[in-house]
Amino acid sequence: MMNIVVLAKLVPDLVEELTIDASGAALDLTFARWIINELFDDHAIEQGILLKERSGGTVTVIAPDLEGADDVLFTAAAKGADRLIKVRSDFSAANNHAVARAFSAIIKGFQPDLILTGVQAHNDLDGSAGPLLAESLGLPYVGYVSGVALADGKFMVKKEYPGGLIAEMEVTLPAVFGIQAAEQPPRYVAVSKVRQAMKTSSIEEMDASDLDLSGAPEIERMFQPEAAAHAEMLEGTPEEVSAKLVALFKELGVL
Amino acid sequence: MNATEVAERSFEAKVLEAVPDGERLRLCLECGNCSGICPFGYLMLYPPSRMIAMMRADRINKVLETDTIWMCVSCYACTAVCPSKIPVTPGLMTSIKEELLLVGNVPAELQNALANSQRYGNPLGESPRKRADWTMGIQPEVKVMAKHKQPVDVLWFVGDYASYHPRVQSATKALARVLNALGVDFGILGAEENSDGDSQRLAGERGLFEMLAEKNGRAFSKYQFNKIITSDPHAYNALKNEYPALGISYPLQHYTEFLAERIDQIKLLLKRQISARVTYHDPCYLGRANGVFDPPRELLCAIPGVELAEMTHNHSNSLCCGGGGGGMWLDGFQWEKAHVRLSDWRVREAINTGAEVLAVACPYEPPRFEDAAKTMPGADKLKVRDIAELLAEAMDV
Repeated sequence: MMNIVVLAKLVPDLVEELTIDASGAALDLTFARWIINELFDDHAIEQGILLKERSGGTVTVIAPDLEGADDVLFTAAAKGADRLIKVRSDFSAANNHAVARAFSAIIKGFQPDLILTGVQAHNDLDGSAGPLLAESLGLPYVGYVSGVALADGKFMVKKEYPGGLIAEMEVTLPAVFGIQAAEQPPRYVAVSKVRQAMKTSSIEEMDASDLDLSGAPEIERMFQPEAAAHAEMLEGTPEEVSAKLVALFKELGVL
Repeated sequence: MNATEVAERSFEAKVLEAVPDGERLRLCLECGNCSGICPFGYLMLYPPSRMIAMMRADRINKVLETDTIWMCVSCYACTAVCPSKIPVTPGLMTSIKEELLLVGNVPAELQNALANSQRYGNPLGESPRKRADWTMGIQPEVKVMAKHKQPVDVLWFVGDYASYHPRVQSATKALARVLNALGVDFGILGAEENSDGDSQRLAGERGLFEMLAEKNGRAFSKYQFNKIITSDPHAYNALKNEYPALGISYPLQHYTEFLAERIDQIKLLLKRQISARVTYHDPCYLGRANGVFDPPRELLCAIPGVELAEMTHNHSNSLCCGGGGGGMWLDGFQWEKAHVRLSDWRVREAINTGAEVLAVACPYEPPRFEDAAKTMPGADKLKVRDIAELLAEAMDV
């Protein structure tokens, strides 16, 4: 029976405009909407549940106590997660070094065989959470994983490399994997099932020790993208524009 | 009884309980009218009549293994022609989609719209805080209830596409200007408005529909108003036929009904002539499902210069634009199966009337018909206009 733990990170929702706070070195999170890191952590949850459905075991999903965590956890339960943990601390301004340390202290107690995280998130300013968590736990890490399987007592993972290469590796458990993509897109669960999960499952709350923010680079300035150069617009009728374009190509030596 | 049998029996029970006259399902004559009139029936492995036959044979699980039910656009054509008056769309088709959703047989693009509706209260995945952004620049200012804090005569339920879709916003702004010109005391919910949820419900997401309806119900109950009007026939259908069962009930009109009641006042304001042959597309959820056929036509005929021409399919026989019942979020899926869009067929009919303007009264339609017109031979001069846009133009507001 495999004991699978999935770390679900919450990130500010990019549907809302991002603003920089008064310090000029961080996001203003006063009105942030926190959602699951859906491009990757949602896949980590899906992969955990697929593995459980295929090879048995239990899936524990663990998330930081930010607004939106309950939705993430109950949705995971509706998909098939067995145990839901919410870790209490002030995570809104925490970096990944602090998150990894806080979660590793709790995860250690679960004695997991397998820890799944999303491979990256858009707010990974100090490196992604998976390798930091593995370091903190003293476990091996494989990132960019797009498939996991238990066969003949061996644990195999598929790791994606740039240029379309895929490696298959045998890994000794326990280990931490950064999931690039689950073997199938995260499933949709009907709202009625999530509502049912809210009634039938419960979220355990655990306290994290004081957050240790050390180790991350110091941010001097955070800013909106600034235009350094502008595109030159060619004006005129289609004929004039194409004549200008041909002249330009000749000038650049491509014609 | 094994688990499969339980599932099959409970499906029939579910259909019977889904709608008040669900038991009419038992009166099916197997005449096949429903499957014949269905615009995509020819692509369904199990069109409605065949599905009923499968259900009678206790083999509904076979149907659940297929995905062609997602071709259904909940247009009510089957329901309208059934001689046994079986509620095919709201009972059978919606229930089978609910089952498909529960077993996870859902096209990915539809999942996105449902997940967006859950998270943001609109299927487009836009920020709820921007729901009233379209009101910028309208004078007198559109009252947002949370700020206005006073009773209004009319609460305008704007709807998703009317609030967010860049093309449809033009129709929304036109309606705001028309209401202002008529001196109507109206307000909107802005960020407190959620999707009406009707198309999500018809796509099988009953739980999501209830969640959205409850949110809207709470927002309605915070404010004082005499009636609700809406731009969206889908919202109209939800508020009229579905919300009351959840304890949310207010006097309601589609904007065309509301304006048609003020036709005399409007006529005095129609200063500009629109000399054009105009054809009108009956939206499924205004016309066929709810019987509102005349008010939109009265408004069009009141505009000086407008000559109304009917398409071959009109009134209760109207052809769907393809956006209903989740079709709005299944374009890619349906194109793969059909290699044609329902909006193509409708635009072709509009061209055949010789009309210069295709008038519409539903926010799904301007983008769907304009997209179809881009590729349809002979449609280069066809303009798609919401009735509110035509009225605003004729009023010069």
